[in-house]
Amino acid sequence: MRAFLDMGGYAAYVWPAYAVTLAVVVLNIVWARRSLARARAEARRRQSLKEAA
Amino acid sequence: MSWAWFHRLASPPYVYALARRLTPWFAWPAALAIVGGLWGGLVLAPPDYQQGDGFRIIYVHAPSAWMSLMVYTTMAVAAAVGLIWRIKIAHAVAASCAPIGASFTFAALVTGALWGEPMWGTYWQWDPRLTSELILLFLYLGYMGLRAALEDTTRADRASALLAVVGVVNVPIIHYSVTWWNSLHQAPSVMRLGRPTMPASMLVPLLLMLLGFTLYFVAVLLVRLRAEVLSRERAASWVREALSA
Amino acid sequence: MSSGEGPAVRPGTATFESSASIDRAGPLVAARLALLRDLRLAFRQRGQLVQPLAFFAMVILLFPLAVSPELARLREMAPGVLWVAALLASLLALEFLFRDDAHDGTLEQYALSGHSLTWLLFAKISAHWLLTGLPLALMAPLAGLSLGVPPQALPAIVGSVAVGTAALSLIGSIGAALTLGVKRSGALLSLLTVPLSLPVLIFGARATQLAISGGPLLAPLELLGALAVLGVTLAPLAAAAAVRISLE
Repeated sequence: MRAFLDMGGYAAYVWPAYAVTLAVVVLNIVWARRSLARARAEARRRQSLKEAA
Repeated sequence: MSWAWFHRLASPPYVYALARRLTPWFAWPAALAIVGGLWGGLVLAPPDYQQGDGFRIIYVHAPSAWMSLMVYTTMAVAAAVGLIWRIKIAHAVAASCAPIGASFTFAALVTGALWGEPMWGTYWQWDPRLTSELILLFLYLGYMGLRAALEDTTRADRASALLAVVGVVNVPIIHYSVTWWNSLHQAPSVMRLGRPTMPASMLVPLLLMLLGFTLYFVAVLLVRLRAEVLSRERAASWVREALSA
Repeated sequence: MSSGEGPAVRPGTATFESSASIDRAGPLVAARLALLRDLRLAFRQRGQLVQPLAFFAMVILLFPLAVSPELARLREMAPGVLWVAALLASLLALEFLFRDDAHDGTLEQYALSGHSLTWLLFAKISAHWLLTGLPLALMAPLAGLSLGVPPQALPAIVGSVAVGTAALSLIGSIGAALTLGVKRSGALLSLLTVPLSLPVLIFGARATQLAISGGPLLAPLELLGALAVLGVTLAPLAAAAAVRISLE
């Protein structure tokens, strides 16, 4: 396990690289879902305005 | 040959429903492929002869770089389709691609720098591949900035589409820069004609990661596309039913 | 199209339709007329022409003040400083490439005139370079001398900056056309132009560096020339498409 985390001495480079990539992967998912939620809320509002008219 | 399916693709309600149905079919296989690739790359693959365990950055750097190019190409093709045939949904696809591509270009640059420091002794060099990858990031940002600055949706669509198409010349430059010029970056070992030069135990996890990221891109794109379609069509009558589904 | 209607035309500018022979003329004649018109108009507002040059001079001036007055150190930085200053000054100048013509409707007339918009824009870009890029190239030796550049490198500097600013005018015209009418478009225009002009910056600085050190500068100069030629063939086309999109 120790050897795994140590990455043959390159840990200071390997793990941050994986962390950054993981962050970007997660960020994209969160961002996409949020934009969909926002779009749905906007659409709902617009549709109810339309109905009231 | 019936082109009906193609014409349906230009219809926003159809695309919205289709995107919703297809997303899990891409998301779950993507997760599987990525987990498999990570296991193969981090645990199973032996250390490299020259770079030791440091080479394992390739399993995040190469997919990120691949994403940056593949997403831009997708964006440019969608933009071209939208420009030439004036299909609105194509512009929606292009708009959805941009943030994804930009973030992975950033990841490619950062992971590349982290790989470069121990291997080449420097975080950055103004060599052709790194410079053109940086240009790619600016192209994405310019695309998104132009869209944001133009209020009229049609003008925003068409102007940013032109930018995307003009900038696509950068993609082959990035890919072939390492063969055309004497570059610090290594020559392509996977994406080349003829057989790859990597041993199977290292290559297979890499291919899994590339596949996984591609599937992941489609899944995220489909979510963003739904958001984009909704925001363009929010006053349309089909939206009411779609929202309650 | 009668010349009495439409947005107010600037006093003294000849509309296309006022010269009867133009309708039958080919693209080159129309382009030449557009070029002369732009030059004539620019000379009536000479103050505007000075701005990019003054900006260039100021940027160059800042470096000895901010970094070090030692000529040896300045000479090291000279290629980079010269080219960054030239790029920034060109970006500043790009803002008035289309601004006035878009504002008073001349650009629209160009697009509707039936003449090749590509050629007309090529004429405008050429006029723009003659008014901004060429003066920058002629000023560059002075800037170079103030940064400790040896005199034998000066001709190469004039040549490379002349070619480089031409490439910049061409590349920049695309971004300028895309952002027509956008308020405070300076930052966005820079964002759109800088990525495509990075190769110009890199090769121009390399050529200047080799000129100073006395090395073989033919290669980067040739590449710079190639970029300019590529720009000449493609940029006006793209800019014309961009103008049509912006005017839709």
